[in-house]
Amino acid sequence: MSTQLPETETQEAEPETEQPSKGDERRAKRRRRAAERERERQAEEAERAREAEDTVQLKVFRYDPEVPEKEKPRFDEFHVPFTKGMTVLDALMYARDTYDSSLTFRHSCRQAICGSDALFVNGRQRLGCKTQIAELEEPIRVEPLPHQEVVKDLVVDMEHFYDQMEAVEPYFQTNSLPEGELDEQRQTRENREKVKMSTRCIWCGACMSSCNIAAGDNQYLGPAAINKAYRFAMDEREGEDIKQQRLEIIEQEHGVWRCQTQFSCTEVCPKDIPLTEHIQELKREAVKNNLKFW
Amino acid sequence: MYEHDVIVVGAGGAGLRAAIAAQEEGADVAIVTKLHPVRSHTGAAEGGINAALREGDSWEDHAYDTMKGSDYLADAPAVEALCTESPKETIQLEHWGMAFSRDEDGRVSQRPFGGLSFPRTTYAGAETGHQLLHTMYEQLVKRGIEVYDEWYATRLAVSDDERPEDRTCHGVVAYDIQSGEIAGFRARKGVVLATGGLGQVFDHTTNAVSNTGDGVAMAYRAGVPIEDMEFIQFHPTTLPSTGVLISEGVRGEGGILYNAEGERFMYEHGYANNAGELASRDVVSRAELTEVNEGRGIEDEYVHLDMRHLGEERIIDRLENILHLAEDFEGVDGLDEPMPVKPGQHYAMGGVETDENGETCVAGLYAAGECACASVHGANRLGGNALPELIVFGKRAGQHAAGRDLGTARIETGKRGEYEVGEVDTPVTPGEVTGREPGDVAADGGAAPDGGHEPDGSGARETRSDGGATAELTPDECVERAVTDERTRVDALMSRDGTNHANIRAEVQQSMTRFVNVFREEEGLKQALRDIRDAREAYQDVAVSDPSRTFNTDLIQTIETRNILDIAEAITLGALVRDEFRGAHWRKEHQERKDESWLKHTMLSWNDGTPEVWFRPVILEGEEKAYEPKIRSY
Ligand SMILES: Cc1cc2nc3c(=O)[nH]c(=O)nc-3n(C[C@H](O)[C@H](O)[C@H](O)COP(=O)(O)OP(=O)(O)OC[C@H]3O[C@@H](n4cnc5c(N)ncnc54)[C@H](O)[C@@H]3O)c2cc1C
Ligand code: SF4
Ligand code: FES
Repeated sequence: MSTQLPETETQEAEPETEQPSKGDERRAKRRRRAAERERERQAEEAERAREAEDTVQLKVFRYDPEVPEKEKPRFDEFHVPFTKGMTVLDALMYARDTYDSSLTFRHSCRQAICGSDALFVNGRQRLGCKTQIAELEEPIRVEPLPHQEVVKDLVVDMEHFYDQMEAVEPYFQTNSLPEGELDEQRQTRENREKVKMSTRCIWCGACMSSCNIAAGDNQYLGPAAINKAYRFAMDEREGEDIKQQRLEIIEQEHGVWRCQTQFSCTEVCPKDIPLTEHIQELKREAVKNNLKFW
Repeated sequence: MYEHDVIVVGAGGAGLRAAIAAQEEGADVAIVTKLHPVRSHTGAAEGGINAALREGDSWEDHAYDTMKGSDYLADAPAVEALCTESPKETIQLEHWGMAFSRDEDGRVSQRPFGGLSFPRTTYAGAETGHQLLHTMYEQLVKRGIEVYDEWYATRLAVSDDERPEDRTCHGVVAYDIQSGEIAGFRARKGVVLATGGLGQVFDHTTNAVSNTGDGVAMAYRAGVPIEDMEFIQFHPTTLPSTGVLISEGVRGEGGILYNAEGERFMYEHGYANNAGELASRDVVSRAELTEVNEGRGIEDEYVHLDMRHLGEERIIDRLENILHLAEDFEGVDGLDEPMPVKPGQHYAMGGVETDENGETCVAGLYAAGECACASVHGANRLGGNALPELIVFGKRAGQHAAGRDLGTARIETGKRGEYEVGEVDTPVTPGEVTGREPGDVAADGGAAPDGGHEPDGSGARETRSDGGATAELTPDECVERAVTDERTRVDALMSRDGTNHANIRAEVQQSMTRFVNVFREEEGLKQALRDIRDAREAYQDVAVSDPSRTFNTDLIQTIETRNILDIAEAITLGALVRDEFRGAHWRKEHQERKDESWLKHTMLSWNDGTPEVWFRPVILEGEEKAYEPKIRSY
């Protein structure tokens, strides 16, 4: 295996390079044999899977700027034994652990709550962990989220998404906190219901990736960030003057008015947040707001 | 090298709360986390936060319930801190805007939970953890606290004084997942570990894939004792293919458990003739596994949880998210068919030994949240007590690390004074593989062992060999040295040929699930130790085959696997030495709680690669109250 070390100083720490001891040689030999066995096992597994009846065929996007063979984007094919209940994420993990440990993707919770495995599966933004293989047509094409820079394989750069989320002052602000440290700022049930769906966002970025406007206008806040603004603007506990400030943020040039109600964000959101509706409602609020000052 | 007053490792509930608290004390604080904060597993918590908020309830009652629930293995000073501070901390979240469920009068809602004498579980629908995590992250953004996200911490920079109690933690080494850079993070005042759970030690868990016990393993290898590791909570209703949790609410609403023969086994086989499906978590878990072991399981693996008779309307009204979970993660329509369920690892009661201020015996090193053991859960955690633990002890650790005087802790840490030594008869030698060469795999992460290397790369370290006369390194040098160690290790892992970590990991996970699960027998525990030993030997040949420095998850997982090995062994050693039945820990040969000999914590010290078992008495006297062990029945 090759190493590509960005730093040379680390090289010096390598032990006794000139005169390998007998022990070193033995260890190296043992490891080479271990690697050999590993490769044989992978090949056998792959062969078995290809021949088995109930397998799933995946075509997975591969790219790594650092590795010569992967510099040019390509698709790799994996055959994975199918089991009932299997999700796209399960299949990817199987392929990685069994055939190719360099296959790279983000994932963690496996239950649609951490938002890290939004992928482009058969032409649509979905969470890998929440998508049943049984419901997809084969071969299953797995690609990174479109309109985001690819870091490696299925991993995209999320910085821009986070920046937009943070541009809307995404934190609770109020001028009327109760005095006592054990006193609550009462909120009606209706008001909590009103903001409830908007609080479910897991920052997966699927909506942003599906949005044509966001693709064309890099500064557009995008559905997730506007939804975040909605979450606070509609919270009765924040008070009128802060709401005013929030409306100013979402009314700016690259705010709500960019949305052309194409509904693609609403369609792909894995948490069923009525994004387009929320954007529309904020547009109405913005209009009312301006009328007040005519 | 990056430098801050306080470095918090981990950005779940505990890490975020610690960072906010440290900043409020005026410290310059930064978080280092392998996942972006909102991806932390705290987001998965469903049920709620226990806090005595209402008239008719009191922190004393909460403390009593917690001590009883712990099967008298929690330390009273920590439990009192938890219960007195949880109300204020919970309302603090409310003041930060957290979207709690609301009562008619606009106050936050509370509901009943297992083992609680008052409905004191404060909640936000069935997504309390998600709301809590996001609310706290919002506060972080508001305060502009620096976050190094997708940075994987691999090693603590700790001075190498002979006794852990004399050591100081000066920072951590972390690896930038995106770029491959390995860098030192020097902490002028303190490091707070908040790395969360360790569910990945088992092959079936409700925990996230990233919960690999990194913090516990790092602290353990740096000399900090770890406590009560054998106490692992198993949840009876998790989906077989993924481990996704099906809330207790289903049985609460009247869901029924059936075996393959269609028998309602909780009654028909006499596991719980009164409570039936609603018996406590450990009882139901044992019943399900007995059914499977006796051949009455479905596909030899699971049982059925049926809620169809509740009717569509009621299901949609109260259990809607369960329908989604079963559908999305198991491909089963809960309205039409029963759901498959089996027990799964859920929570680690043990962890890094800390006092009630979150401090460990190593100066400048703190731990909070699921990776820590303060200890508030003892042998068994009550549902709804982990989230308050995050905010209460996260805050305390953050404040203390930033220099605030929290008074002298009543819980002692480290091996000070007299302690009882434990003896455990192991079939193989636990601990590290000896005869390690400098710069060899050393997928280590603690203080360098004897025969580690000197900063000049020449081999043996001068310090420990001469009886503890420490060559004083400056804090900067201490961090630098740890960085060099880490670079050497990573280079070695990447430059050689060898086995992939995935098989090694899978074998340990399977062995743990088979032998150190809900049921534990002496021979099985010994077999697990043998399997772990084999895995350790195999790990000597581990290699990373992805040659790239960009987002190398192969490398990260290889390092995590080493942590899994050490943690798995610690859990098994604890389980083997504790020959009694207490809380979640069941032993076939010892089916009673033995208060005369076992009202004490199991402690484990790494001791330069030779795990050492010792004990510390449990503290049952609180500031105002003493807790008398009683039979735990509900
Ligand atoms: C499904 C489920 C439901 C639950 N429901 C409840 C409930 O209703 N009520 C309750 O009280 N408790 C509940 N619990 C328990 C509770 O949620 C957890 O104990 C708690 O959230 C753990 O929080 P934490 O901050 O300690 O860790 P986590 O939230 O897991 O965060 C760990 C952090 O550490 C970081 N990290 C880990 N290793 C490294 C490393 N090497 N380098 C850098 N960063 C690292 C991660 O990136 C992450 O940010 C539940 C648990 C589960 C799994
Ligand atoms: S709004 Fe929906 S699609 Fe967009 S980031 Fe949030 S959860 Fe993902
Ligand atoms: S893995 Fe967390 S959302 Fe899919």
